[in-house]
Amino acid sequence: MEAGQATAGGARGTTGRAPAWLLGLVPLLLIIAAIGSFAALGGPGLGERRGPPAEELAVERTVLEPGRIELTVRNDGPDPVSIAQVVVNDAFVAFDGAGTPIGRLSSERLVIAQPWIEGEAYEVSLLTSSGATITHEIPVAVQTPAADAGFYGLMALLGIYVGVIPIALGMLWLPWIRRIPPAWLRALMALTVGLLGFLALDATLEGVELAGAGSQAFGGVALVFLGAAVAYLALTGVSSWLSRRRRAVGTADARTPALAMLIAVGIGLHNLGEGLAIGTAYTTGALALGAFLVVGFALHNTTEGLAIVAPIADSRPSLGRLATLGLIAGAPAVFGAWIGASAFNNSVAAFLFGAGAGAIAQVIVQLAPSLRAEGERGLQPRVVAGLLAGLALMFTTGLLVSV
Amino acid sequence: MRRLTRRRLLSAVPAVGLGATALHAAIPHSHGSATAAEHTAGNAGPHAEKTHAANGHAGFRGREVDHRANGFDPHLVLRDFDEGKVSRLPDGRTLREWTIAAAEQEIEVAPGVKFAAWSYNGRIPGPTLRAREGDRLRIRFVNGGRHPHTMHFHGIHPASADGVAGLGAGDIPPGGETVYEFDAAPYGLHLYHCHVRPLAEHIAKGLYGAFLIDPADARPKADEMVMVMNGFDTNFDRANEVYAANTIGFAYSERPIRVKRNELVRLYLVNVLEYDLINSFHLHGNFFDYIPTGTSKQSSEFTDTVMLCQGQRGILEMRFPYTGKYMFHAHQSEFTELGWMGFFEVID
Repeated sequence: MEAGQATAGGARGTTGRAPAWLLGLVPLLLIIAAIGSFAALGGPGLGERRGPPAEELAVERTVLEPGRIELTVRNDGPDPVSIAQVVVNDAFVAFDGAGTPIGRLSSERLVIAQPWIEGEAYEVSLLTSSGATITHEIPVAVQTPAADAGFYGLMALLGIYVGVIPIALGMLWLPWIRRIPPAWLRALMALTVGLLGFLALDATLEGVELAGAGSQAFGGVALVFLGAAVAYLALTGVSSWLSRRRRAVGTADARTPALAMLIAVGIGLHNLGEGLAIGTAYTTGALALGAFLVVGFALHNTTEGLAIVAPIADSRPSLGRLATLGLIAGAPAVFGAWIGASAFNNSVAAFLFGAGAGAIAQVIVQLAPSLRAEGERGLQPRVVAGLLAGLALMFTTGLLVSV
Repeated sequence: MRRLTRRRLLSAVPAVGLGATALHAAIPHSHGSATAAEHTAGNAGPHAEKTHAANGHAGFRGREVDHRANGFDPHLVLRDFDEGKVSRLPDGRTLREWTIAAAEQEIEVAPGVKFAAWSYNGRIPGPTLRAREGDRLRIRFVNGGRHPHTMHFHGIHPASADGVAGLGAGDIPPGGETVYEFDAAPYGLHLYHCHVRPLAEHIAKGLYGAFLIDPADARPKADEMVMVMNGFDTNFDRANEVYAANTIGFAYSERPIRVKRNELVRLYLVNVLEYDLINSFHLHGNFFDYIPTGTSKQSSEFTDTVMLCQGQRGILEMRFPYTGKYMFHAHQSEFTELGWMGFFEVID
């Protein structure tokens, strides 16, 4: 065997007259040449397509202004689409835009003249050159808020109300957590894992729903899982880098502070998605602002603050560090609300929801060992109860928000 | 928040609405208002291209359809009566002969919207066949399509000339032909159409036309025109996307039909509309005498609106006392704004 390997190694050395980079480059060039000539010749031997063109359009954004409806449409089908006429509620209407065919993955803005009435429902039907119709529902017509400073201020306030403040309040449990015995702390960690598990599941389902409504050419539901994988792997990399660095500088317990940071990042990504949904709901008129909504969020999100501080019960982080953790977890709700209200895109939102779910899954994996007592197999009843309580807490406080 | 989907929020709004709260009141926000929308209702809207929609009426965007490419123009179809090749039979009666060919052709039913249609003699509606009560009619039918077709005439005739499957020549296969021969009876306004299964599809794709039998003693001289009310289901969901009289929506709106003041106008109106239960005709600024099925010389009603189901037809007679433009349309507003409307322009 060894001789064989030596021979092989020698052979590699002798035949390797050309440099390695060239051996890597030649196949690449051949692939490019083959595909290029195949495309240039129009796919020889394949013949004409069968059947009419497949016309698909996704409406990515709807803006309502007095007397007009603006739709941003994206062609997510394989063929160009010509919008010949537009019908609103069974009547042809005048419109601007899409004067030429819309190519694959390109988008176009249609400005439709329609004296819409607030609170009524509209069905916009795009009639293509082949006679196909692509229908977009506006369930409740409400003027899209102007994106001015006051509006962004409102969205920021909303983000602070539902994201930053509740999490800060939840973190106030830290002194209490420090006093409780280890067995109970494990139960509290289990509660945290239960809370996070619920968030991960919910973010996934929400993302799948958004992806279904978005442009399918960008991957549809696959985006949610892609987002989850990216966030999971990225956080895994960051966490191992952090603990290696801490070990290098000789920190005694390298794991827990990094863990708190990871939980904060995971929850932050999740709250970004939450803010997106709030901002979008507000601009489409689906969100009525009120004390009830804010109170519901506050109760719901304080549990997230608890989740951040639970793993750092036995360390002594500075106040500044605690504030940083709280902001990392809560502030993305503000950015989410801004994005959701000004440039909402189902595909991006689905990816972000997936990223939130992936980040939380990574945190759960990190927390899992701490649920088990030293030298014990299986989970203590107290820990199981904690997990279930976490799920139940999220479920019931979630009911307050969904009403 | 997790449950905060937009769909759920819609149902949540009334309950959450109890928060007419400090937050809501304290923050400046700009909700759209009905008044804001209504103020601009009279506007044409943003940079609207030249259409009738831009001057307040429903219309298509862009140029007119290409009538030349379609092979027919609704303005020519309007006053085009085909009396056939006329000869005399040994018994002294008049023989009228036509050759009608079914074909497949793509037509532009609205600017930029193509529809794979079926036609009689390259036009939709097919030629308006006109005879006199008691004439002998001989119609040679050639099927140039890729599906079986027939010509089924409304009127009084033997079963063998009925143009339905299993009777006489039955379904005429692609490339086949037959001759339908019968006497013109009764006088009135009738229609013909293909009667091959699936019926709705064969009719909706364009195989129909008006069939007019004049009474032996002719009706008074008038400015005569034919309107076949139809529609097109371009996305095959068994509902029409476009409605019209004589196929092209808004054609008589883009270019009104010119008539002379005080002159008798006689409109032969046929409804062949598929997929909708009824159709109607309403005239602005005037009334008309209505003769259902055209089988009488007496008006049965003096009105401005008539309702017809598929296959129903009638003769409308009117005189316009004033000059100007008078709209006509289906009095189902939906059909109106989906193409079935036009204008008479009354001139001196």
